[in-house]
Amino acid sequence: MTPNETLHRETPGEPIIEAVGLGRDFVLSEGPFLRRTRRRVSAVGDVTFTVRAGEIVGYLGPNGAGKSSTMKMLTGILTPTSGTVRVAGLEPARRRTRLAAEIGVVFGQRTTLWWDLPLRDSLSLTRHLYRVPEREHAERLAELTELLELGPFLDTPVRQLSLGQRMRGDLTAALLHAPRLLVLDEPTIGLDVVSKSTIREFLLRTNAERGTTILITTHDLGDVERLCDRVMVIDHGRLVFDGDLPELRATVPVPRVLVVDLAAPAPRIEVPGAHAVRVEGPRQWLELRDNPARVIAEVAGDHEVVDLTLREPDIETVVSSLYRGTVSVERADGS
Amino acid sequence: MRVHFAVYARGLRRHSTYRAALVAGLITNSVFGAINAMVLLAVFSARPQINGYDASDAVTQVFVGQMLIAVTMIVNTGPSLDLAERIRTGEVANDLLRPVSLQGWCLSQDLGRATCGFLFRGVPTFLVGVVLFDVVAPYEIAGALAFSTSVVLAALVGFALRYLYSLCGFWMLDSRGVWAVAGLVGPILAGMILPLPLFPPAIGDLLRLLPWASMVQIPAEILLGKESLPGGGILSGLALQALWAAVLLGLGAWITATATRRVVIQGG
Repeated sequence: MTPNETLHRETPGEPIIEAVGLGRDFVLSEGPFLRRTRRRVSAVGDVTFTVRAGEIVGYLGPNGAGKSSTMKMLTGILTPTSGTVRVAGLEPARRRTRLAAEIGVVFGQRTTLWWDLPLRDSLSLTRHLYRVPEREHAERLAELTELLELGPFLDTPVRQLSLGQRMRGDLTAALLHAPRLLVLDEPTIGLDVVSKSTIREFLLRTNAERGTTILITTHDLGDVERLCDRVMVIDHGRLVFDGDLPELRATVPVPRVLVVDLAAPAPRIEVPGAHAVRVEGPRQWLELRDNPARVIAEVAGDHEVVDLTLREPDIETVVSSLYRGTVSVERADGS
Repeated sequence: MRVHFAVYARGLRRHSTYRAALVAGLITNSVFGAINAMVLLAVFSARPQINGYDASDAVTQVFVGQMLIAVTMIVNTGPSLDLAERIRTGEVANDLLRPVSLQGWCLSQDLGRATCGFLFRGVPTFLVGVVLFDVVAPYEIAGALAFSTSVVLAALVGFALRYLYSLCGFWMLDSRGVWAVAGLVGPILAGMILPLPLFPPAIGDLLRLLPWASMVQIPAEILLGKESLPGGGILSGLALQALWAAVLLGLGAWITATATRRVVIQGG
């Protein structure tokens, strides 16, 4: 099967990743030598999800939640201790090298490029690695070179590239064989705003034009808001949420916050449907439990109001409250 | 196969970008070769024949050894295969995500490095020996062919051993201890520090059978056409090298499969 056939064979909606009850335990040895005790800890426990062709799915979770372990199991470099997983119809741990031809992987903190050689040499190697016909490889490289603006540094040794340039090179290397699934582990880590936006635009375009499925882990919630149709949140090895962004906002009841600027400092406001959770001089933050219009009328009745802002909870607040299992209003004011 | 050739070519190019390192290596190997040769000449001036070796055989082996350093990387006390460091940092995850075998990938790249080292460091070092000392060079076609084959097999054994040292990192988290021990013991077992004929014959014969000897002692004796080779001749010497290469590479493939099934790649 040539990558070309794969490309046109893709049916949207067909499952490309199916994980059922996926889990991974690690055995830790602790204590002094000879009196060492072994303890079993679960990094990922009983995770079930399906990713369909053409989706862009964000996989979120705090450090140590089990994101990387899941990614390693999906790509076949870690064998699950429980459950099953199939990626592109293959069992990853058993068919790792076969699966490698179907997927593209970028670990943001690592590189597949040859450090001492010009970027061009690493990219031309993928033609042999994935047996891409020469003409197709040249077309694809020309296209990616244009989209990711690789032209100026194609002949520069990788060790001399900036982080943003190297990341664009790594993305190109992962996509030259037109994989059905692109797995990205923190692809925008350490990048500046311009590089981030170049990469996000590029990923959206690849998804739209080629139907490439993208699974992305990130701590950058800008990536999530800009890219993902759907997010999965993992915490302590368990999926705590799986759905789209509006659903995510609805699931976690992070209250909206009304910021009120009074003419003069006043005692903590307490009205039906809202109460102040933070006071700073004449400014007060009211957590809303009720219709804002009614609250505003109440507040304006008792105080002289100079200004008002209503703040919607952003994704970061929602996700961090999911991680902690609590709702924090301190973060909801966006400060 | 084409992939492996492409990786080989990149390994070669990659190492040829460090020209200063090649020149520095050439000077180091020549100077050490000269010192080692002078010490052995002093030994042989006291006793012209030791277990079938004369002074010329001994200095030839010294320069074969120095030439093969750049091929087999036998004298390094630290990791001399990128894989070792890549396992320690978890970078090996990327290597495992390629649609080719890990060992095949590393081997192709290392043979590229060895070719570069042989041409630009090993051969000039040997020529320094030919100019300064009474070193035997392979002048006949048959001898040159046998010796070249032996050098290729030495490169395979050198790679296979270093690959196995590196794999220890999957279990030990850091393979540097293994490398340090191998860097100390390997050159002695190989006949690099002292030619094995200078050992008592029973020990020398035993050491010739171990894989390390296939990196220096056996190639030197093949060049010299010695009967002290295991099996008594050039062909059996080559056969022993080929056997070690096959056994060690087979072991490497098997351990790689076990490691990737059971072991955890480090780093988040």
